[in-house]
Amino acid sequence: MSATKLSAPEKTVPPRPLAPSLGAKPLPALFPPTLLAGVALVAAGLLYALGWWNPAVWAIVTAVGYMVLITAASALIENRRKAKDRLVTAIVYTCFGIAMVPLVSLLWTVLSKGLVRLDGYFLTVSMNGVTPSMDAGGAYHAILGTLLMTLMAALISVPIGLMTAIYLVEYGQGRLKRAITFFVDVMTGIPSIVAGLFVVALWILLFGPGKTNGAAGAISLSVLMIPVVVRSCEEMLRLVPNELREASYALGVPKWLTVVKVVLPTAIAGLTTGVMLALARVIGETAPLILTAGSSAVAINANLFEGQMMSLPVFIYSQVRMGGVINYERAWAGALTLIIIVMLLFLAARLVSHFFAPKTR
Amino acid sequence: MTTTDLSTTGRAQRQRRRLGDVLFAAGAQGSGILILAILAGVAAFLILQSFDSLAANQANFLTSSEWDANTREEPSFGVAALAFGTVLAAAIALVLATPVAIGIALFIVFYAPRRIAAILGYLVDLLAAIPSVVYGLWGIGWLVVQLAPFYAWLETYFGWIPLFAGPVSTTGRTMLSAGIVLAVMILPIITAMTRDVFLQVPQSHREAALALGATRWEMIRMAVLPFGRPGIIGGAMLGLGRALGETMAVAMILSPSLVISWFLLQSGNQTIAAHIALQYPEATGYGVSALIAAGLVLFAITLAVNMVARFVVSRRKEFA
Repeated sequence: MSATKLSAPEKTVPPRPLAPSLGAKPLPALFPPTLLAGVALVAAGLLYALGWWNPAVWAIVTAVGYMVLITAASALIENRRKAKDRLVTAIVYTCFGIAMVPLVSLLWTVLSKGLVRLDGYFLTVSMNGVTPSMDAGGAYHAILGTLLMTLMAALISVPIGLMTAIYLVEYGQGRLKRAITFFVDVMTGIPSIVAGLFVVALWILLFGPGKTNGAAGAISLSVLMIPVVVRSCEEMLRLVPNELREASYALGVPKWLTVVKVVLPTAIAGLTTGVMLALARVIGETAPLILTAGSSAVAINANLFEGQMMSLPVFIYSQVRMGGVINYERAWAGALTLIIIVMLLFLAARLVSHFFAPKTR
Repeated sequence: MTTTDLSTTGRAQRQRRRLGDVLFAAGAQGSGILILAILAGVAAFLILQSFDSLAANQANFLTSSEWDANTREEPSFGVAALAFGTVLAAAIALVLATPVAIGIALFIVFYAPRRIAAILGYLVDLLAAIPSVVYGLWGIGWLVVQLAPFYAWLETYFGWIPLFAGPVSTTGRTMLSAGIVLAVMILPIITAMTRDVFLQVPQSHREAALALGATRWEMIRMAVLPFGRPGIIGGAMLGLGRALGETMAVAMILSPSLVISWFLLQSGNQTIAAHIALQYPEATGYGVSALIAAGLVLFAITLAVNMVARFVVSRRKEFA
């Protein structure tokens, strides 16, 4: 009874629009892209004719012109609500475009200017005995320092970070767990320069003023690295299914062996990825290293505990501070090297998580 | 009899196991406590080392703007101008970055074609992977050159607004340039946070709005933005914390002076972090201690901002 009553009006509805505002004919799907291309062409022609040609101005005129026209067209042909929707769509697309401008221009600038000087010579020679404007010298000492200090920072922060993550996931409860979670989050926000000052203050207390060495740099880096490691490891450990732990307990395996033999191997791919991403974050840190490892080393120094140690980011900074043409070339080459190292770390992290992730159903 | 036997062997086994367990648990808990200790140590050592110069300081540390600390006799220094510059740069970055970040998050979650949305999101995350010193190099080697004519134009037509008053710096190494670079640097942080909240908006809310005939924008305004507001605020504050403490980009781009100036297009102002990085290599006498005192102020500001941000974000989790 009721079924037939309900089905009768349903059949009659589809052919006719419900309300005029909803039923108004929409703009064809190809209209927005066509309009955008048209506006871009007209804007380009207009700017050329007026002699104001500039890519940035052209992009802005195109975006604003398109927003005005699409809103007007939609308001006339569709309705005001749809016009607003189209305007917001245009704005949202523009926002993404704005974010791509710095990314593309930065990568392009670093690539084109960095390639001028980035070669085998640059990577294998230090700045020892090179005067600032001499057409010689390279970043070997800086690359070595970066790798050594980052390695030591990793050796300090991975055990602490991983154990803390294990505590938070497997053991922690109550107030201490909440406090650690909260303060690890807060610690991610410590300015890098403050981490550097902390080690400076610590070093003055321990060794007296004016001591700079690679170990100090590594410790300041690990202050920045520990919270990142904790966060990512914690997330990965949480992904390990509880059934695995329970199966292990049911076999009578003690808790700590369960963690070491079951939980960690299951999460190992994620943990490695997390550590690599954390490395990528701290390898570019500059400010703490200026304070702790010194900014004027020019020679190769492989001893973390004696003497100033140059790093790639500080190398870039000190070259910029010198300000000559060749110094800028060195800085760009250094920047390109640094970005390549960071990208390699990212890529390696992706590959590890892709190939070694446990197969899930 | 058998029951006691079982219980004693059980206890023995448990005790044997416990040694490993106890050690491991202690190690895990100890690491956690060590992190708290490090954080406390940061504050404690900074306070300890700044006492020295603060006691000898002739000027009022909080209200003075001069920086004459590289001496053993009668240093006088203060962070007023530095603190002002820090907040100004971070505020510019926040004002520029937040709306764009919300737009990007909306784009990635609701507008971009499904298949490439993840890749586009990854592109934005890439901005976070670039080291700050490279941003600084890009800023001074490329961006300020592009911005200088824009500033001249801004001064010509909008010079009547005090913020944009001339005479414009011809090098483009101004507070606004530093703020723009900071905005680019905090963009991925705010975007990531905002995107995460937008993804958590219940499907049913969105579908309910669309089913009532809402356009996509109306769905976002009615279902997504109210739900996501705490996440947006928290993300913006995390970005603010980052911008407050960012050193290299400002140190390399801004041509500094220790004045309190509202004129964004003129060279001048300085931030705490950049000041420390620039002054530290030449610091003598009370210099290092005075810089540590300045760092303490920065630490306190960022700590407060981050704690509020985390509080806002974690409160959202409870309600969600």
